[in-house]
Amino acid sequence: MTAALPTVDEALLERVRAALEALTDPEIPVVTLADMGILRDVRAAADDPAQVEVILTPTYSGCPAMAQIEDDVRATLQRLGVPGRVVTQLAPAWTTDWMSEAARAELRAYGIAPPGRCAAPAVGGAQVLRFVPRAAADEEAVACPRCGSTHTREVSRFGSTACKALWQCLDCREPFDHFKPH
Amino acid sequence: MDAVATETDVRIDYLLHLGDNALVLAQRNCQWCGVGPVLEEDLALANQSLDLIGQARLLYQEVARLEGGEATEDTYAYWRDAHQFRNYVLLELPASLPRVGYAQGDMDWGVTLARNFLYSALMVPLWDALQASRHEPLAAIAAKSLKEARYHLRHASEWVVRLGDGTEESHARMQAAFDHLMPYTQEFWTASDFERAAVQAGVGVDVAGLRDAWRATVAATLQEATLRLPSDEGYVPQGKTGLHSEHLSHLLAEMQSVARAHPGAQW
Repeated sequence: MTAALPTVDEALLERVRAALEALTDPEIPVVTLADMGILRDVRAAADDPAQVEVILTPTYSGCPAMAQIEDDVRATLQRLGVPGRVVTQLAPAWTTDWMSEAARAELRAYGIAPPGRCAAPAVGGAQVLRFVPRAAADEEAVACPRCGSTHTREVSRFGSTACKALWQCLDCREPFDHFKPH
Repeated sequence: MDAVATETDVRIDYLLHLGDNALVLAQRNCQWCGVGPVLEEDLALANQSLDLIGQARLLYQEVARLEGGEATEDTYAYWRDAHQFRNYVLLELPASLPRVGYAQGDMDWGVTLARNFLYSALMVPLWDALQASRHEPLAAIAAKSLKEARYHLRHASEWVVRLGDGTEESHARMQAAFDHLMPYTQEFWTASDFERAAVQAGVGVDVAGLRDAWRATVAATLQEATLRLPSDEGYVPQGKTGLHSEHLSHLLAEMQSVARAHPGAQW
């Protein structure tokens, strides 16, 4: 005897959405996948209305957390007893501009400076390098997540994960991660 | 049926070419992992390799989907031999000045960054143009990869200027790196049959059309680095058609050894 499968109606989708929206990023456990902009959609599959389709979009191509995120989504569906599948959608490409204000506030409280708005790239995309003092560079100042000072410097453009850079506050002297605008 | 098969083959070769470029350079740069000159730069190259491996995975997954058989992304990375790889020879060369086979040479930071610079200066306009590919999955991968390539170009440009316009020693070594690598860039502009077919099908981009933009980036950065723009004349490598240097086999032997020692292993 098998239990009857639930039909995928709005009420079920709402229940699935609520469960999935509670999932957090494995690398940054204070922000949810929804607030990160990684969880794009939860819907009935077009080719099989008895299945739920969860649309995820990767952040960086090589983000090692994506496999864990997919596993977490599958485990959640299984826990709810809902047949479903994960679909990775690349277009449009994820950008940090999709992160909600809630996510930015959570990051700051967690000690990670949230990303500024993505600047429009120069025509052709190539960036000619200029060694100029930071104040003169046309980049947004990054505020220290601990003391709020914008008197900060970039220590390394590459940090603990692909999405973060290493910064230091020149006032409170604390080093901190900065989520790169991407 | 034949026309359909041919169209698919064109896409497969082209996607493998892009994927192999990313994977081979990632493997080369991973050799700095744990031995980088400073911790931040060790992380920088490992991070960039992660991006490149991610790009290769997306491209290989798309090839597997097109082929529709048993193959997975791992099949292309671990179970093809050197002559089946379609990457530029530039990317498989050791991170050192010229050497032969297993001959030991100190890994050279200048060669590593000069190569990353020459490659990412190509990939920024190439991924940009590929966003308009008629093959939609490729256009989506291009949009993703473009942002990463910009980041890589910026990192490499900084080092080219820092070392070129640095000490007498760093200047000389950076110049030697470009003198060594520049002729290999000719392979960018010499279209292979599958590239021509991919351009014809609207899947690929005519790279020759990007040459001026690439040269402008390279010339401007080298000038700022007080380096001389070397000649790119000489032997034109043909890695894209499977004719590689002896170095690719060594690189693959290392990269593929675990997968081949334990076929089908899972963890």
